[in-house]
Parts: sequence; C-alpha cells; structure tokens
Amino acid sequence: MFSFQPDRSQYPAPGPDGKLEIDLETGQYLKLWQGPNHPGMTGNMSVELTVCGDEVVEGKTHVGYLHRGFEKLMERRSFIQCFPIVCRICVPEPDFNEYCYAAAVENLAGIEVPEYANWMRTLILEMGRFNSYMMAIGGMSGALGLGVVGQWLTYVRDIMLDRFEELTGARIYHMFILPGGVRGHLPEGFKDRMEEVLKTAERYLADVDKVMFSNAVYKRRTKGVGYIDPKLFEPYGVTGPNARAGGVAKDVRKDAPYLVYDQLDFEVPTETASDIWARTNVRRRDIDVSIDLIRQILKKFPKGGEVMAEIPNVLHWKIPRGETYIKGESSRGEYGYYLVTDGSGYPRRVNVRGPSYTHAMALLELLIPGTNISDVAALMVSLHTYPPEIER
Amino acid sequence: MMQAIYDRLKDRFQLGALDVRSRKGLAFVDLRREFLRPVLTELRDVEGFTHLILLTAVDWIEDERFQLTYLLNNRQKNLDLGLRLRLDRNLAIGETIHDLWPTAATYQRELREMFGIAFPGSPRVDEEFILEGWTDMPPYRRDFDTLAYSQQTHADREGRETSDPREFMKQILYPKD
Repeated sequence: MFSFQPDRSQYPAPGPDGKLEIDLETGQYLKLWQGPNHPGMTGNMSVELTVCGDEVVEGKTHVGYLHRGFEKLMERRSFIQCFPIVCRICVPEPDFNEYCYAAAVENLAGIEVPEYANWMRTLILEMGRFNSYMMAIGGMSGALGLGVVGQWLTYVRDIMLDRFEELTGARIYHMFILPGGVRGHLPEGFKDRMEEVLKTAERYLADVDKVMFSNAVYKRRTKGVGYIDPKLFEPYGVTGPNARAGGVAKDVRKDAPYLVYDQLDFEVPTETASDIWARTNVRRRDIDVSIDLIRQILKKFPKGGEVMAEIPNVLHWKIPRGETYIKGESSRGEYGYYLVTDGSGYPRRVNVRGPSYTHAMALLELLIPGTNISDVAALMVSLHTYPPEIER
Repeated sequence: MMQAIYDRLKDRFQLGALDVRSRKGLAFVDLRREFLRPVLTELRDVEGFTHLILLTAVDWIEDERFQLTYLLNNRQKNLDLGLRLRLDRNLAIGETIHDLWPTAATYQRELREMFGIAFPGSPRVDEEFILEGWTDMPPYRRDFDTLAYSQQTHADREGRETSDPREFMKQILYPKD
C-alpha cells in the first residue's frame, strides 16, 4: 500500500525542550490564517496557523466574531424574555438551549412539567440532533472535497425542517419549549409524515455510506489522522461523540437520563480509533440511533394530555434565590445551563456550557501541531464545533 | 451518596453547608480559598470527580464579592458538585488550576477578560479572547450597563420604531390585568 512519508530533512530541529523556536524572520515559517471566512471552517472562527512547508507547527484559535454578549443580555430581561436569545446560541441545534434554560427555570421555580410535554421535548431534541448531524456529516464531506454529500444532507435536513415548521411554526428558531412545557400538541397525521421523512433520510444515508464512508480517498485522509488520546478526555473536557470515538461511552442520555430517555431502548455507538474516521463514524451511527428513537417516541407518544403546567404571570415572575445546573446530550456532547437567581424577576447569571468551548479551544490547539495544512479543515469539522457556544 | 462524600471532606477542608436544594444529583458547597487546590485534587483523584464541567463567576456587587463556581462531575456515580469560592471584588485574584485541568486555562482567560478576575500563571491569560481592543470595564461585571453602552456606541436608524415586548405580551397574554 502507498504510504506517504514527508521529507523533513530540511525542517528546523526542535530545541532541547522539544519545542520549536519559531522565528518568522528566518523565512522558514509562515503565518497563515484559516478563517473566519473559509469553506473548511466550522462557522465564524479562525485558526492562526504557523506552517513550515505544508506542515502546521502551531495553531491558535481565535473567536469573537459572533459575540453578542448573550449571557449578559439575559441579566436585564425577564425570564420569559430570554427565550429569543437562548435559541440563538446554537443555530443548527437551538432546541437544547430552550430545553436546558426552561428546565433550569422550572427547577428553581419548582414547576413540574406534564408527561406529554416531556415526550414532546424528547422528540424535538432528537429531531434537532438529527439535523445537527446532517450538517456535521455534510460539513465533513465538504472539508474533504465531497461536496455532493453536503448537498444531499442539506436536502434531508430541509425536509426535517418541514416537520419542525409543521410542529412549531418555525424552521430554525422554534421557541417551542417554554418553562412549564411546550407550546402545542402533535398535529394530526404528523407521525405518517415524519415516517416519510425518515424513510427518505435512510435512502440518502445509504448513498452517503457508499459515496463517503466507502470512499478510498476519504478513508485514507481520515484514518489515523487527528488522533485524540483518550487520556486527554478528562483533562480537556472532551464529551459526546468525540469521547465515544475513543471508546468512552459518555452520553448524558444514558449517564444521567432526563426527560423520557429512561423509557426508550437504545445503545450508545462507540469506536476505538479516536481519529477523524472514528468520530465521523460515531456520528453516522448515532443518526441511526436518532432515527430509531424518533420512531420509538412517536410509537409510545401519549394519546393526549396537558402541554403546559400552570405558571405565574410571566411579566411579574420572580424566582426565589438559588442556583442550578441542567444538562443534556447534544449532538456535540454535554450541553448545560448554569442558572443563578436572586429572588428578582431577572436571572442573576446565566452561563452556557457548550461542548464546543472545550473542544475548539484548548483541545484543537493541542491537536493541530504536526498536521498537514490540508487536514486542518477535516480535523476541525471532526470535532463538530459551533462557535456561538464559545462566545455566548 | 453526595452526603457521604461531603462528610469525608467537610472537617478536613472546613467546607460550608451542603446545599442540595436544586435537583437530585446536584449539590453546591462553599469553600475557603486556601482549600481550593487540595479539595479539587482530592475530588478529582480520590472521589472520582474527574470532569470539570465549567468554571464561571457570579458578580454579587452588593456584597462586593465575586463568586467563582467550579462545577465538577463524577460520571460513575452520576453526581454534579459545584464549589463556590468567594473573591473580594476589589482585589479579584484567583488561583489558576490549569495544571489540574488544562482546559481551565480557557475559562480563566475568559474570566480575566469578562470579569477582570486575574489568574496569575495561567497560560495566555492576558491575551484577548473574545473582545478585541476593549478598553472599557470588563463587560460582564454588573456595573457595566449594556443599554447605556449600546446607546452611546450605536445610533438608531432614522425612522426606526420600537415597541416594548412586555406591553405586547401583556395585551396578548393578560388583557384583563
């Protein structure tokens, strides 16, 4: 088998501490900015690369292009007025923000959510996970030049957005999950229409398996590349598919079941190679889990029931002093909201724990040195990061 | 389970009362500054709290203090534990824990920028993180007025009309109030 071994005989030697002394004046190194506008970037962020030949010797992550101060803005809004803000913290999977924030408010206000609403919330979150994975797999294919897969999966995401629109009235930011429950019931005939979407998705995914996951070039460029040592998972806060690709079955749905996940039958996919291939493959298999979960949820969905608990007048709603942390398993790993209240009608502090915060900052900077310039995009996408979670 | 862990640590590290009022599997406890490192080390290495979920701050401006919250997770026992550490708001200097969890360096860099809390020795802590060329007070402090900043920095478009969302909600949701 062909094996590429870069010739590094002309490369600068590292110092006694094993680190390179980077001096741009020598002409041996070059600064190269990847992003914030770049087809291989996962959103509006950039990586400042220092390269030697085509090898990256250092990478520094730069964020802030999307910063709007969400957490701070919430401190001067009533609890209900925070909803248009929280969903915007993650565009491809906004519902997690709604769920975590709503659950945190309910927890501190002592509100019990009706069973029907819990089923609906679980359905919404799995639909969101499915859509987020469509973007992740499509992005990964795009990062390696397989543009057509991204187009197919954008279509599949679009028909799932039709179901979101039918259910919530909106395609991207749904604001369907509110403190106390959800905004509505399952529409008549929804289950059949969802089944059509899932069957279409399965047809497209079978093609994706052939075109992408069986593709020799794709395999060559992802296997053994971007390895994360499982020993780094805890020190660097690695969660979700990035950890599962290294053999650690971390999944909040299993580790700390919430909503109705304890009533659903599913296994968490894992891999062991902990490279780009393994991370993408875990996501691909997790799509199948999500599809199965959506079917299970719709099969077991309550025939009827209250969608909202009784909540106080939201314009004068004061929540007793307290603090809590509510978490769930997003498509990228542990997602959580730390909410502090002081007895007033406004949150004292909201802190969003997005998995991208740990994955795209310290971890990415650790992984980049030694990679080829052309692999940086695939490495980044394989971590599945969304910058707004970092900047909040 | 959380109570047993607390009982093992409370006297040795002079912990405050265990606060379990929020949800099952989550507790908060106050901690004295000199015990931060030994408690974190013990929780990580002995009690199985190997995952640093987050590190953040709350500004209790009326008490002239910051609260640093170190939230840890023990996955095997499904427990989340928040350690609360008080800092003098006028002398906001924290202790870096990047050697215990390297990812803490990112949190500390953000706290330095957004709250003005120093973490001497934390890698790249003084480098800009999210803000660029910011010269005003750290914007996540309570006394930073976002509305005033917005009004001073940006001008409304001519002819722009705004309506108060609270008034709108009142008409829709509570017309009789």
